[in-house]
Amino acid sequence: MASESITSSEYIKHHLQNLTCTLQEGHFHCAHSAAEAKEMGFWALNVDTLVMSFLTGVIFLFFFYRAARKASTGVPSGLVNFVEWVIEFIDNSVRGSFTGRNPLVAPLALTIFAWIWLINLMDLVPIDFVGQLIALYDPHMYWKLVPSTDPNATFGLSLSVFVLVVYYSIKMKGPGGFFAELAYQPFGKFAAPINLFLEGVSLLSKPVSLSLRLFGNMYAGEMIFILIALMGGAWATASVGSVTLFGSQILLSLGWAIFHILIITLQAFIFMTLTIVYLDMAHQEHH
Amino acid sequence: MNINATLIAQAIMFALFVWFCMKFVWPPIMDALAARQKQIADGLAAADRGKHELELAAKKANQELNAAKEKASDIIAQADKRASEIVEEAKGNAKVEGDRIITGAKAEIEQEVNRAKEGLRQQVSALAVAGAEKILRKEIDAKAHADMLKTIANEL
Repeated sequence: MASESITSSEYIKHHLQNLTCTLQEGHFHCAHSAAEAKEMGFWALNVDTLVMSFLTGVIFLFFFYRAARKASTGVPSGLVNFVEWVIEFIDNSVRGSFTGRNPLVAPLALTIFAWIWLINLMDLVPIDFVGQLIALYDPHMYWKLVPSTDPNATFGLSLSVFVLVVYYSIKMKGPGGFFAELAYQPFGKFAAPINLFLEGVSLLSKPVSLSLRLFGNMYAGEMIFILIALMGGAWATASVGSVTLFGSQILLSLGWAIFHILIITLQAFIFMTLTIVYLDMAHQEHH
Repeated sequence: MNINATLIAQAIMFALFVWFCMKFVWPPIMDALAARQKQIADGLAAADRGKHELELAAKKANQELNAAKEKASDIIAQADKRASEIVEEAKGNAKVEGDRIITGAKAEIEQEVNRAKEGLRQQVSALAVAGAEKILRKEIDAKAHADMLKTIANEL
């Protein structure tokens, strides 16, 4: 809930600002406003995004690594059973969509699914919990809990996938084959410029749509959590209206959180499936 | 919401996570799954084989049982036959023996009878002679009496 001293607009802006830091004159400096963050230009880091991404990634790998160490042919214990269940699910998805042979694809799909799922799961942490804790340390410090509401994170993932798609396209089809795929269809060799334009757009739209889909969904979800949290902002004044708002806030955030469980899983799954499909297309030789 | 170097850091982190996953997470679990799958398949195959063998054994046991039953009834029949044979034989022997004993007894009885007859005859004739002597001493008609005696002796 917003404290009395700040307006709704400030509250929203505060929640949508990353903790952007950069090296300035030899020491690490973090922006205290959106304008300051913008001034830092490209060579700055969103520390909150990176820390949360790293923590979630490490949690994922920690549990899966432990399960991998314990995995045996015997009866699996709880954790191992869960991990095997996830892995079989991923394996089935990969087998269903990916026709080539590449030992990278399945672990890649697993990492994408589990990591993005955990990142998205941060959206279900009540939005002011961590913010208030951080504020105890430094009231001016920003902390965005959900890395997938930062386009840097989603583009970081989707551009990596894009690099892999281009790499495997060239590796499997050769540079000429890759160019032919872009230039000689759908209208035949004589319309090469048009083909190149169309196929180029469709190729470039892959990473953009991949990252913006995830970013848009999570950003919008986060935004709605913020707006719901704002409803109870007037809670401190004990009137019938504010009590009603407080009750609505609890109910609405509960409902939205339950609905969000579906969304975070769906978004992680879509990102994974599309990655598999794009890589499958990169491995296929058409002609 | 500016695009900045976070993007590059995120991509590097992603690459490291994927590498770790590909190296240390995915292969051991897939291996374990494949090994377990094989173990289960083997187990099922073994169970099938065991079932088949059990069926065979049951069939064989049944056969053996039937053969044994047949043999047993053969043996019983044979024993019955033999027993009745023995009984018949014993009956025959007993009859022969009985006949023999009877014949022997009859012969003996006849002998005894003859001997008794002979003895009686002699005693009667001696008695008669003694009687005759006594009679003769009183009134002798030796000739007429001797004829009478002879007729009597012959009648005995």
